[in-house]
Amino acid sequence: MREIIFSSTWLIPLFPLLAFLGIILSAHRSRRLSHGIAIAAMTLSWLLSWGVAFCAFRTPHLAEHSIHFTVPWFPTGATTFPIGVCVDPLTAVALFMVPFVCLMIFIYSTGYMRGDPRYSRFFAYISLFAAGMLGLVVSENLLTLFISWEIMGLCSYLLIGFWYEKASAYRAGLKAFIVTKIGDLFLLLGILYLYSQTGSLSYDVIFSEEALRSLAGRTLTLPLLGTWTVASLIALLIFGGTVGKSAQFPLHVWLPDAMEGPTPVSALIHAATMVSAGIFLLARIFPLLRAVEHGDPAWGVIAFTGAFTALFASVIAVAQDDIKRVLAFSTISQLGYMVAALGIGGYVAAVFHLITHAFFKALLFLGSGSVIIACHHEMDMKAMGGLKDRMPVTFWTFVLGGLALSGFPLVTSGFWSKEEILTHAWHEFTRQGVVSRPFFVWLLLTVAAGLTAFYTARQICLTFLGQPRSHHAAQAQESPWTMTVPLVMLAFFAICLGFAGIPQEFPLLGALFGDNWLHHFVGHSFPATPVSWPVMALSSALALGGLGLGWLVYGRKPLQADQLDPLERVMRKRRLGWLYQAARRRFYFDELYQATIVRFVIWLSRMCYHFDKHWVVDPLVNLVGRVTRLAAEVSAAFDRVVIDGLVNLSGRAGIALSTLSRWTDDVIVDGVVNGLGRATGALGRALRPVQTGKVQNYLLVAMMTVLALAGLYIFYR
Amino acid sequence: MGTNVLSIITFAPLLGALIILFIPREKEDWIRWWSIAISLVPLGLAFFVYGQVRSAPGQMWFQEAYEWVPAISVYYRLGVDGISAVMLLLTALLSTLSYFYSAFTIKERVKEYYFLFLLLETGMFGVFVSLDLILFYVFWEIGLVPMYLLIGVWGGERRIYAAIKFFLYTLVGSVALLLAILGVYFQTGTFSILEAAAAHPFADNFSLAALAFWGFFLGFAIKVPCFPFHTWLPDAHTEAPTAGSVILAGVLLKLGAYGFIRIVLPFFPQVFRFYAYNLPLIPILAVISMVYGALVCMAQWDLKRLIAYSSVSHMGYVMLGISAAAASLALERGHAALSTSAVMALNGATLQMFTHGIITGGLFFLVGIIYERAHTRDLRAFGGLASKVPYYYGITLVTGFASLGLPGLAGFWSEFFVFRGSFHIIPVFAAIGIVAVVLTAAYILWKVVQQMFLGEFQQSKWDAATHHAPLSDMTWWEKVTMWPLVIVMVLVGVFPSVIVALLNGATSALLLAVSSC
Repeated sequence: MREIIFSSTWLIPLFPLLAFLGIILSAHRSRRLSHGIAIAAMTLSWLLSWGVAFCAFRTPHLAEHSIHFTVPWFPTGATTFPIGVCVDPLTAVALFMVPFVCLMIFIYSTGYMRGDPRYSRFFAYISLFAAGMLGLVVSENLLTLFISWEIMGLCSYLLIGFWYEKASAYRAGLKAFIVTKIGDLFLLLGILYLYSQTGSLSYDVIFSEEALRSLAGRTLTLPLLGTWTVASLIALLIFGGTVGKSAQFPLHVWLPDAMEGPTPVSALIHAATMVSAGIFLLARIFPLLRAVEHGDPAWGVIAFTGAFTALFASVIAVAQDDIKRVLAFSTISQLGYMVAALGIGGYVAAVFHLITHAFFKALLFLGSGSVIIACHHEMDMKAMGGLKDRMPVTFWTFVLGGLALSGFPLVTSGFWSKEEILTHAWHEFTRQGVVSRPFFVWLLLTVAAGLTAFYTARQICLTFLGQPRSHHAAQAQESPWTMTVPLVMLAFFAICLGFAGIPQEFPLLGALFGDNWLHHFVGHSFPATPVSWPVMALSSALALGGLGLGWLVYGRKPLQADQLDPLERVMRKRRLGWLYQAARRRFYFDELYQATIVRFVIWLSRMCYHFDKHWVVDPLVNLVGRVTRLAAEVSAAFDRVVIDGLVNLSGRAGIALSTLSRWTDDVIVDGVVNGLGRATGALGRALRPVQTGKVQNYLLVAMMTVLALAGLYIFYR
Repeated sequence: MGTNVLSIITFAPLLGALIILFIPREKEDWIRWWSIAISLVPLGLAFFVYGQVRSAPGQMWFQEAYEWVPAISVYYRLGVDGISAVMLLLTALLSTLSYFYSAFTIKERVKEYYFLFLLLETGMFGVFVSLDLILFYVFWEIGLVPMYLLIGVWGGERRIYAAIKFFLYTLVGSVALLLAILGVYFQTGTFSILEAAAAHPFADNFSLAALAFWGFFLGFAIKVPCFPFHTWLPDAHTEAPTAGSVILAGVLLKLGAYGFIRIVLPFFPQVFRFYAYNLPLIPILAVISMVYGALVCMAQWDLKRLIAYSSVSHMGYVMLGISAAAASLALERGHAALSTSAVMALNGATLQMFTHGIITGGLFFLVGIIYERAHTRDLRAFGGLASKVPYYYGITLVTGFASLGLPGLAGFWSEFFVFRGSFHIIPVFAAIGIVAVVLTAAYILWKVVQQMFLGEFQQSKWDAATHHAPLSDMTWWEKVTMWPLVIVMVLVGVFPSVIVALLNGATSALLLAVSSC
């Protein structure tokens, strides 16, 4: 039985994929059929996922002997690349979370998207999105992971820009795609590097002892960047993908804009799929990080990126007025926790927080969506207020989600998972000393925890308490059951899920809830972090203090319409208004990127085009063309003037010659001939009188001739 | 038939063309449907060849050899391996689709149009099946004239300039090619491609070998086209009629790349290796083509010109793959991982030839489809078309994403293989070239998708730009033209081995032969 369930794991992503194809190709004319197909496919894949997950939970030593199914996919030289699925603890835990949250979001969407002209297309896209995430979770190698990863990128593009008539929406979609694509380049490079070093991308090969040792043993010297071990270089390159997808500093800019999409999409992106994928990837390649020694800069880069992002984003969240933007920055911040946890070796803590966060953040987004629908797409919290009694289910579930987010002690899942991260950091820093990486990580995360509680309280107070500050809010009504049921379901998990990971030695609760089951299942090979009472006390105090302070500032005396934010008022008094403004404008990173990178690339592209078309390349070609033409013309001219001239000249000379010869003919030759003729005639005529015909005349002449000849003879002799 | 199948494929279009001469000019529909019908012969046979070659793609199949000019040992030699079989399939498919699409769009001089197109098809097939240098050259030249006339007669406004530019450019290449062929002949005494490759012309004289190498290089690089020999392409593509652009981008560019793989790499492995690794001029040109081509795309406002420049960028991937395979010869011999990388790089290059043909062919059809309606290609004239022509939007979106290398569609695999192979062999160039991936995403999504389709549709803007042209979604024949291409994109995207299996066998055999020298 177990064998059969495991071997059908590959069907999990296939159901939503087929739903996507079915809706796009044929069912898109019927709304009911479209969401029917999508939800049915998701339900199947959820049931199968939980089947696989629970089988996995009961399989002993799954971490050491994970389950692989592969078939050949395409040839690579003499070898073949396999495609397949793998079930290990990480996959199992993700399979527990992803399809369930997706299903809740799907059901919720039937209510939220009601009346949208592209309703069917929406369900097609979110089905593909779910297929991408599930494919990523079950894939057996980094290539299929990357493929699923990119398909999610496509879906985020399509869904963030779903209302593409709006310029802000389609710009946000493009921004999300391009910014994450920049991260993906690093990921791709990392994959290529790993692939060319190990000759494979299958997890069981690349994470085998032998491969890891060889990767950690080799070094590479880069110009300017010094010497790195190959393993840490690959890990950092792959981490680039996480920075993009999980919106870590400095590639965080796309996530707040992603709020332009319909709210279920925000929930999908922020909780179940897209951003979780980045953490999942980093957890996936964790063996690679573990292979390098603890002082390696790769650890530091990851830890600091995460910790800094956690604090940075929570500061921004405090100053946001848009209900979804607060949640967006809180997502960035919580993802920072997970990244930081992985950066200090807290693998189990990070996975734990990934799962709990997915549930309570999905809850918060869907709750905010419920509010937004009730307020006719009003998103400004300043224009809300007084919704507590108007939409009680939404309010109470939102409060539960908020408490989980701020880490309300003992009863929320967020408390236990965040606690585990902070405890791990504390534990590491007490081991390594005060001026160590874990210390700074712990410090930043602790401060961020206080801020988280504060902005959550602010959000709840502004949205739900006091009096309505706009007529939309005044007319708000509770959402239909399709939207509230998912909220309740998610709220249940937002509270209870934490009990899977309560430290073993925690009095009463630890033993009651199965001796830190999660740690045994996921992090078998990691030593459990002992409970640290000071940390627990401090973070509980911070959570309660933050919530209390938030309530004092925003809840006790609720904001009136057109009133300045109390925090801003206080900060202005202290001459810190600029800081509030800066946080509100997200520390100007969008403007900075726009003014530098975007502008530069567009400028460069223009320069290249001019270089090609107007300045160098084409002009050179045209020049060659023109030179050739000129040469042709010159030779034509030469032909015309010189050669033709010569020919003409010779022609003319010929004519002249022939004229001359004709003249000669006419004048000389003919003249001579004629002259001779005429001369003969004339002679004849002249001599004619001599011919008298009288004999005595002839005799006389003869006589005189003889006498003359005789005389001459005598004279000369 | 079994043995002469290549001759039948090659000369069926020519026969068709000759028969067209006897069809009266007024019977335009006869001419159209006759051309489509005759083109199904090579298409069907190309599938047959594909099926046969699949079993052993490394061998030369269906060889034919007849004496042609015995005095100088010119033979009529034909044969196909996996690479040529894939190219035959591409050529036959795109030709049939072009005839079909043209049947509904070409209204002038139909007889001449189809006559020339069929002649062109014979030329293209001939190049891919020739195993004799002179035969290769003859077919190479046969393709030139019909394309010149297709641009010059049925082209756009600046067609004469474009046609002459195309003609002169390729003629220069042809001259270089012919000289190099003669050089090889005088050294080896044969025109046979296989024998000459085995003889390694000028193996003992690097300078002469380099001279012959650059001769071939010029001939093929102009056709590919590789930076800086590319500027004929934007003009020719932009001015050519739709089907002309499809064939030009889809097949004619591949002739050059095919020449590199079939002739340059096996003939001059030492020289190629030198210029790919020791003095890496060719990878540099490849990477410039990729990145620079993509950047230039971003600055375009003419849709067709943009797609044209994207071909420069995408053919740069082919050049990178080929040069990585050549560069691998400079590294450790017999290193299994390295030879795997070399094969993968060459698989990527050849697969890119196929996928680029399918995808960019599709993009040019799509440009033609919108141009038929709007009579403009200015991207600034469009906007908000997604809700007006949703079918067209959907097909364009799929093709655009295939072009930017989205996994699940064909373009991804060729890019991945090229980068996978070249990253191991010439990592610096692969790492620089990979930037082109982001730039491609930017120009496809920003310039094409966003400018044309997204936002609010404004009737007044459309009317002003197009002089009140009616706007309708795709017609049945346009759908019939596009669907086969979309299906191939998805099929190859999901099951790359339908094509890669053929390429892998052929490239492995080719590289084995090359590296054993």
